[in-house]
Amino acid sequence: MLTARYIADDKLMPWLLSLAETRQVLAPVRQGGQTLFAPLDADSQLDLEGLADASAKAALLPRCETLLEFHYSKGEGVPSRTELEVRETLPDRDAFLFGARPCDAKGFTVFDRVYDGGSRRDIYYCTRRDKTIVAALACTDPADTCFCNRVGGGPGDTDGSDILFTPVEGGYVIEPVTERGEAFLAEQPLVEAEGRLEEARQVRKDVAESMPGGDPLGGAQGEVLRLFDDQEFWGGVAAKCLSCGACSYLCPTCYCFNMTDEINGDDGVRVRTWDNCMSFQFTLEGSGHNPRNGKAQRMRNRIGHKFSYYPELHDGNLACVGCGRCIVHCPVSMDVRAIVAQARDRALAKQEHAND
Amino acid sequence: MASSIDDLKTEIKKALPGLDMVIAWAAGPDPLSHTPLFITEEADVERIEWDPRCSQNLAGYLPGLRGKKVGIVVKGCDARSLVELLQEKLIDREDVTIFGLHCTGAVDARAARKALGSLRGGLESVSVNGGTASFSMSGEPRTLPLAEVLQKKCFTCTGADAEVCDHFIGEHGEPPRVTETPATTLEELEAMSMEERLHFWEDQMSRCIRCYACRSACPLCVCQDHCAAQSREPHWVDQTDHPREKLMFQAIHALHTAGRCTECGECERACPMGLPIMTLKQALNRSIQDLFDYRAGTDPDQAPPLFEFREEEKNIKEREW
Repeated sequence: MLTARYIADDKLMPWLLSLAETRQVLAPVRQGGQTLFAPLDADSQLDLEGLADASAKAALLPRCETLLEFHYSKGEGVPSRTELEVRETLPDRDAFLFGARPCDAKGFTVFDRVYDGGSRRDIYYCTRRDKTIVAALACTDPADTCFCNRVGGGPGDTDGSDILFTPVEGGYVIEPVTERGEAFLAEQPLVEAEGRLEEARQVRKDVAESMPGGDPLGGAQGEVLRLFDDQEFWGGVAAKCLSCGACSYLCPTCYCFNMTDEINGDDGVRVRTWDNCMSFQFTLEGSGHNPRNGKAQRMRNRIGHKFSYYPELHDGNLACVGCGRCIVHCPVSMDVRAIVAQARDRALAKQEHAND
Repeated sequence: MASSIDDLKTEIKKALPGLDMVIAWAAGPDPLSHTPLFITEEADVERIEWDPRCSQNLAGYLPGLRGKKVGIVVKGCDARSLVELLQEKLIDREDVTIFGLHCTGAVDARAARKALGSLRGGLESVSVNGGTASFSMSGEPRTLPLAEVLQKKCFTCTGADAEVCDHFIGEHGEPPRVTETPATTLEELEAMSMEERLHFWEDQMSRCIRCYACRSACPLCVCQDHCAAQSREPHWVDQTDHPREKLMFQAIHALHTAGRCTECGECERACPMGLPIMTLKQALNRSIQDLFDYRAGTDPDQAPPLFEFREEEKNIKEREW
């Protein structure tokens, strides 16, 4: 039995701080003019207005994660022999991610299919996922760049969350989504939501109806793929792109990484760091050949991965949750929505032309 | 500005048949910042926008388009980047047709978004009049002080008119009068001890996500795909998340642009984390000015000081110590 609960506005921060005594609490806080997910402490300035500037993905997929530590030493008695000691560094902390938006939480389901995909389990990701309770916060003020409703989501959706918070008059209604969300809440000193549950449902319904309109962006796998060799199209789309990684690194669904050994004397770490397909180095081969030599090929990959290759592999689910951060923070104001729409129109026009 | 935009369109239409393309600005998905427009057909000309939302410096596209005949629309600060590109022979003067404008100030989209709140109702126009900026939202004008909504580089603008150009459109004018500006990051840092400065930068760099938008947006960052930041050999910067590694990259960037940086502000505008990284370049530019009496991007015929070697430098008295 899943029970909805309630917390008043003025009780929220003290409750989160009490949680922070036994686990890491990650929440959107003000940092140098930005709103970013960071460990909460008594000095933190919680910011629950709108969308955080960066997504919450680092909670489960850190910017830089130590996969292992190693140490070289001279073999005992045999100076010519070098011994290598390797130490495992699995995440060991429980965490509570608070205030992720439904789009951020849905992004974790994109990761789950890749990092927890049956035979291929990424132990670092899965350990973090198991140790982190995801508490999403339903949106009440979607931005002009939000489009979750066009990619299979919604401002009050629960995909990827354990718990959903919905702002109501004077506080928040807290609804468990998963069994472990319920088990977590059952141990908390929270009152039952009672009559407020209906208000929460109404808030979510009203916000969903206020979302900007537009055609769904899913189901374009075939169209995007048909443009694979259309140099003119991708060249045009990518002309203004600077080939930086702002879009990928702010994206709640981009999960590509690089691995490097960083060695200092006899000690070293193997780190996994975010990587992005807009970078020249992403596909640079050891021979010096680069199959995605230009930004047009890289843009084709970015759009193709999110709207064609990923959904093709994962039952039509897109690798885009419509948070719009790639639009807001792009230095040249690229619009992923427009690119997909243009791709679809062009592929359809080509097909009609072929049928003439 | 209304007449400027009509004159701009007319001039571009006239020049377009002799050019491969013209780069200007058009309305983009973000109501507060216009997006680059690559014009190849006359019909595209109608999409041109010209107002304080034309923040991006378009000059950075030119080296990548070398060999083509390109027209480009520039503000005063953008023209200084052009001058530097010409000085460094990264572009060819005869291939570039410059449409210069007088700029009344460029909007800092992030700051303006914060100051204005929700833009769901739409934003029809933005203009700068005297000491204030006016944002027309759903027919209602909202007036805000320039210090709140313009890019920081505009506070110390040294020339709002494109000085090097083939076609100057509209009236010449003075830089925006920005009053009550907060202390610059450089001034704040100068009041700090060395230890405090390091702490300041470690705190800032802890937020850096290493997207390298600062580098990609820099019109003078010529290495681009072959940047020291991602090189394994030599191993200047490691890939761990330590703020000092990220600061090391900023130091490399600042040193590579010393005496070349025209303070166009693209590095800071592009940074999705809002880090005050132009400050490092400003500090070096001050040294360059003291040592060589030189300001980047002012004279196409001058050579940047660090491109030259003189046995005796006027202001560096190494033998008199």
